[in-house]
Amino acid sequence: MALPNKPLGETKAVRDPEVVEKEVDILIVGGGMAACGTAFEVNKWKKDNQTVLLCDKAAMERSGAVAQGLSAINTYIGENAPEDYVRMVRNDLMGIVREDLIYDLGCHVDDSVYLFEEWGLPVWKKTADGKNMDGKKGQSAGTLKSGAQPVRTGKWQIMINGESYKRIVAEAAKKALGTDNILERVFIVELLLDANKENTIAGAVGFSVRENKVYIIKCKTMMVACGGAVNIYQPRSVGEGKGRAWYPVWNAGSTYTMCMKVGAELSMMENRFTPARFKDGYGPVGAWFLLFKAKTLNGLGENFAASDAAKKELEKYAPYGTAAITPTCLRNHLMLFEMKEGRGPIIMDTVTALAELGKTMDKKELKHLESEAWEDFLDMTCGQANLWCAQNCEPEKKNSEVMPTEPYLLGSHSGCCGLWTSGPDFDWVPEAYKIKADNGKVYNRMTTVNGLFTSGDGVGCSGHKFSSGSHAEGRMAAKQMVRYAVDHADFKPTLSQTKEQLVDLVYKPVRTFLDNCNYTTAVDINPNYVKPNGMMYRLMKATHEYGAGTATYYQTSSKNLEVVMDLLQTMREDCEKLAAGDLHELMRAWEIEHRIWTVEAHLRHIQFRKETRYPGFYYQADYPGQDDANWFAFVNSKFDPKAKKWDIFKRDYIKIIP
Amino acid sequence: MPSFVIQEKCDGCKGGDKTACMYICPNDLMVLDPNAMKAYNQEPDQCWECFSCVKICPTQAIEVRGYADFVPLGSSIMPMMGTEDVMWTCKFRNGLVKRFKFPIRTTPEGAANDYAALKGKDLESQLLSTEEADGKVMPTPKTV
Repeated sequence: MALPNKPLGETKAVRDPEVVEKEVDILIVGGGMAACGTAFEVNKWKKDNQTVLLCDKAAMERSGAVAQGLSAINTYIGENAPEDYVRMVRNDLMGIVREDLIYDLGCHVDDSVYLFEEWGLPVWKKTADGKNMDGKKGQSAGTLKSGAQPVRTGKWQIMINGESYKRIVAEAAKKALGTDNILERVFIVELLLDANKENTIAGAVGFSVRENKVYIIKCKTMMVACGGAVNIYQPRSVGEGKGRAWYPVWNAGSTYTMCMKVGAELSMMENRFTPARFKDGYGPVGAWFLLFKAKTLNGLGENFAASDAAKKELEKYAPYGTAAITPTCLRNHLMLFEMKEGRGPIIMDTVTALAELGKTMDKKELKHLESEAWEDFLDMTCGQANLWCAQNCEPEKKNSEVMPTEPYLLGSHSGCCGLWTSGPDFDWVPEAYKIKADNGKVYNRMTTVNGLFTSGDGVGCSGHKFSSGSHAEGRMAAKQMVRYAVDHADFKPTLSQTKEQLVDLVYKPVRTFLDNCNYTTAVDINPNYVKPNGMMYRLMKATHEYGAGTATYYQTSSKNLEVVMDLLQTMREDCEKLAAGDLHELMRAWEIEHRIWTVEAHLRHIQFRKETRYPGFYYQADYPGQDDANWFAFVNSKFDPKAKKWDIFKRDYIKIIP
Repeated sequence: MPSFVIQEKCDGCKGGDKTACMYICPNDLMVLDPNAMKAYNQEPDQCWECFSCVKICPTQAIEVRGYADFVPLGSSIMPMMGTEDVMWTCKFRNGLVKRFKFPIRTTPEGAANDYAALKGKDLESQLLSTEEADGKVMPTPKTV
């Protein structure tokens, strides 16, 4: 008698799902800050006869990187000049950035912050005598738009009470777009090119993670904004703690992979982010450095970052290393140096910082200060607060360890990988930064594929957008998509695949499972397929060991890269045999497919760039140090969907802001 | 720090087709066992500990236990959501309890202005709809 073998999840997948076919003018893929910006803005511009649809893998109320909340808005220009915003981003990202995109974003970002505050986001304010008020009390000072002073922690950051940040932003987005035009729990997994028009987007295909339904959606234009990539390298915590990623664990590189697979050009995919955060809980350190003025100490109790040796090391990376604000990667570089020399662990001296601040405070103010320190975690990294409780750590009495995390890929935080997109159509924008569509027109934030837009983490070479900038960029893309759809009103998107081919593509892991699952007695172990969980571990092991993961202090070499590229090739082949017994597992199957392609792009770029541009984020041992003579350029790559081949090349960096 | 559901408190959201925690979990982790009519976290090692399920649960049936691989036992943090504030109770392993209250929004839920009546005029400009309405002029970068 055969043993019964069944999938684990509650929603079993069936061989032949229902198929839902739709056609709209504008398709929004994603539901995070950028997509919420698009959803808000698009109806302000679209013609009455134009249709819009948004697909989110999760529920917009709590999806994307801001799902948990935030304690600060990191990009608010306010009294500063957008030119200085460009200079700050450029320096942090070691010189090679798209200044047109950054300047352009800097011109719009505050408008989104004004909206957030109007919608109900509590923004801290300064009193006339320079004291801090939380977002509720701060209302008495008026709004930012009316000229009220926010509480600045750095030049660009403002403090908020942001527990419900995403709920508020999503509420406005859903209202503006109309819930009839939103599909939640629909995971778009592949984009589709037009059958007749070369290099033109025509639709996308995905599935519901709640019902056995495949969605085939045709569109004239589309924005893909599904965040960056997480859990692509072995995390420092490998048990339950694997989920405690610094960036949201559900960001699977879908933006990069889906766009790359239809031939959209990627840029600066070698860039990564390995933030130094409170160890294990990954709580934010920004407020500790900027608001509480805390210092980090090495294991000997020395403020190593202020030492002469550190200054000397930073001079090697002038002008970036010698700038007023040390670039994020170089701060990591100094920390790693201490750790490698045996002078770890690195400790955030919260005790001294709070004691110093306390000297000028009365009891009530001290209580408020303590509350501010806890809110920083409770608003955006609840788990870190629990870790402090579990460790009996009161920050005024006990210091905490800081550690650089596993690598993440993203384009909106202190990282700049992503798609190569068009800048705005202004005279001051270099021609090389304008992508001309088939009609000769320039559409801001369009990728190199006609009609395909991105924003937020998707736009490369333009970091430090954060939540507010991603929202503003989504709005910018919304207007351009309407314009594109108006200009292409006669375009009739046509797919080259049949309905059956598309269902087979999306549900292949289900069919592989059903065809083979009864061969063995244990559902996860079967020679004819691989479960997404197993493939995830395979990817993590390979990147960890060869791809400049934490195992090697972020170091790789030409030979190691050769090895890992070989492993990735085999992984892509084995992904043909991914198996999913239930809909949750089908989601995981597609996510790992997306992660593998994204990692491959990342490592191809590292392999091509023969220098170490971002010491502290990664090291290419065969090419240590920066080589401005040969590598002061963007590295771009393109996958040819017809020939199934990668091309990788340089593009000139053009300085706009002196 | 995976979420867990307390047997006694979970009522499966009274037989709806989905529970509140299923609706909200950004990573599709919370599911309903239809026989037991209880929710559970189906993949604890993919839990981001975002507390979305804890905050939305109508019966306060969901809490979070620290990740086994690095969090000592005995602590807990629990939010109580109000319409304007959240109240956190943080219990230390050594028994110390701290409470914090923070604002979460300054407008009633559902009141966000979506500018339904606002229609943009010049599709060829780079201005966003609200910027256009405010009469903003796009600046040009100072290049010298």
